[in-house]
Amino acid sequence: MTDTPLTKNIDMKREPFDFGLYRHAGGYDGVLRMLKEMAPADVLETVKNSGLKGRGGAGFPTGLKWSFVPTGENAPKTKYLVVNADEMEPGTFKDRLLMEGDPHLLIEGMLIAAYTIQANTAYIFLRGEYLRAETLLRTAIGQAKEQGLLGKNIQGSGFDLEIILHTSAGRYICGEETALLNALEGKRANPRAKPPFPQVSGLWGKPTIVNNVETLCNLPGIIRYGTQWYKDLGKGEDAGTKLFGVSGRVKHPGCWELPLGTPIRELVDGLAGGMSDGYQLRAFLPGGGSTDFLLPEHLDLTLDYDVIGKAGSRLATGTMIILDDHTCPVGMVGNLMRFFSHESCGWCTPCRDGLPWVDSIFRRLESGQGQESDLQILTEHLEYLGPGRTFCALAPGAMAPLGSALKHFRDDFEAHIRTGACPWQK
Amino acid sequence: MTNSQLIASTAPRVQARTLTEQEVHDIEHELTLYPDKRAVGLEALKIVQKHQGWVSDESLLAVANFLEMSAHELDGVATFFNLIFRQPVGRKVMLFCNSVSCYIMGCEQIKAHISERLGIDYGETTADGQFTLIPVPCLGDCDRAPVMLMDGEQQRNLSIEKINEILAESAERE
Repeated sequence: MTDTPLTKNIDMKREPFDFGLYRHAGGYDGVLRMLKEMAPADVLETVKNSGLKGRGGAGFPTGLKWSFVPTGENAPKTKYLVVNADEMEPGTFKDRLLMEGDPHLLIEGMLIAAYTIQANTAYIFLRGEYLRAETLLRTAIGQAKEQGLLGKNIQGSGFDLEIILHTSAGRYICGEETALLNALEGKRANPRAKPPFPQVSGLWGKPTIVNNVETLCNLPGIIRYGTQWYKDLGKGEDAGTKLFGVSGRVKHPGCWELPLGTPIRELVDGLAGGMSDGYQLRAFLPGGGSTDFLLPEHLDLTLDYDVIGKAGSRLATGTMIILDDHTCPVGMVGNLMRFFSHESCGWCTPCRDGLPWVDSIFRRLESGQGQESDLQILTEHLEYLGPGRTFCALAPGAMAPLGSALKHFRDDFEAHIRTGACPWQK
Repeated sequence: MTNSQLIASTAPRVQARTLTEQEVHDIEHELTLYPDKRAVGLEALKIVQKHQGWVSDESLLAVANFLEMSAHELDGVATFFNLIFRQPVGRKVMLFCNSVSCYIMGCEQIKAHISERLGIDYGETTADGQFTLIPVPCLGDCDRAPVMLMDGEQQRNLSIEKINEILAESAERE
């Protein structure tokens, strides 16, 4: 047993475990037992009971997501598993660690997920810039195939699985699961209308599950040690561990595996060493660029999906971005708005036209040309680009840091307008 | 290049070039991995770019013909993705992260220094064809910000001194 099932094999100072070392550390034990003793429905039940929630950002229960895939005699024979390895959320650097640190863990997780939904083909949708992950995953897939853990009739179970590594070529929108499927089909990565949901009609119209890298890496532990062990890993309401990161002006930025339910302070002041000398904490985005700012008073909250939700933000990717007192909050949010504006796929009007408008207002504000009416226009965008107004979650995600910044840093916005300059630019 | 320029330039002046044996071999391998020809469009463009450095109109037409799809549909894909270059780039492409963690850690000063040293802004190539500077979304290395990806290597904890070292090393290797 272990209390760090995601990172127990990871040491970035050496090469990751090859097949032999991974096996030696107990890797693939769970999968081999699963193939012998468990029916797909048993695995589904186990994952449902474990309480695992998706680690890509939305936090949707994994077992429930899988349960929408049609089963039985009348279900389509072809189904797909797709791994969302298109990590591009600003300030997020956790899936890279898993893929570079322990590629066989992802393959084992994929075997479990594919077996559960009875998919015989799985695609890893990897962002094109993750070159080292690409090399390591190709090697690991080759090894697993040689050892009879991928291919036809795996270990005499009658179950077949091929894993295909697809490398993309940029664009943040590919992380949205239906846009990702369009990209995989060779189209422009615009999101699709839902319903139908991918579980019913996804890749090439077949039932498809799209799971994040970290989500899948949770599965080997759950199958090997069971649901009770998994639930007990969490300190609070949520089960399991999660990767949490801290970037910005802290002494030791980094990424660590911690139990869900750990107080934020243990992460920021403990592992990350607190703020760098001469810097004070002003606020932080708890889970990447699409989350609402939280304040120093929130440091004693625990890292749980619901706890962070009740505080008005989202746990999302769990990688925190720290805003210090030497960084202009208007500049920081302007940077995020530029990112989202640039990465809008242009498919729906509010996002395509709204985000560049927001971006242009920020450029004015930062250069001291802002007007009082600009803040009103920004506030209106919170609604126009909010949930339910757009085709996908990109623009509503962008509105999260904007809305909370307008609330918490109102004085800073007004100072830019009043003085006609950015107070941080000396 | 705008779409109307492409339409003007593709008919009938621009002819598809012949794909090399290696390109055809690589694209055919990709075709075995997908149930649909069109799905290989992006991979095929990446393969061509790997061998040619960028995707010219002639290359685009050749790939479209090979995959039996319209050139404009394929160009829709080519122009959508950041890492497909529809115009020539320098021998070294600096994929410079300008997302939020790098911003907080001072990437704008680093970028200004690169621009000053090389005389290029985002999207531009140096006159000697050596460097192209392109911004990319968060490179997922935020604990070692600022970062950029160049020549397949992630350059981390960038500083003005480090940029000077990288440029000096590049000049030495020439």
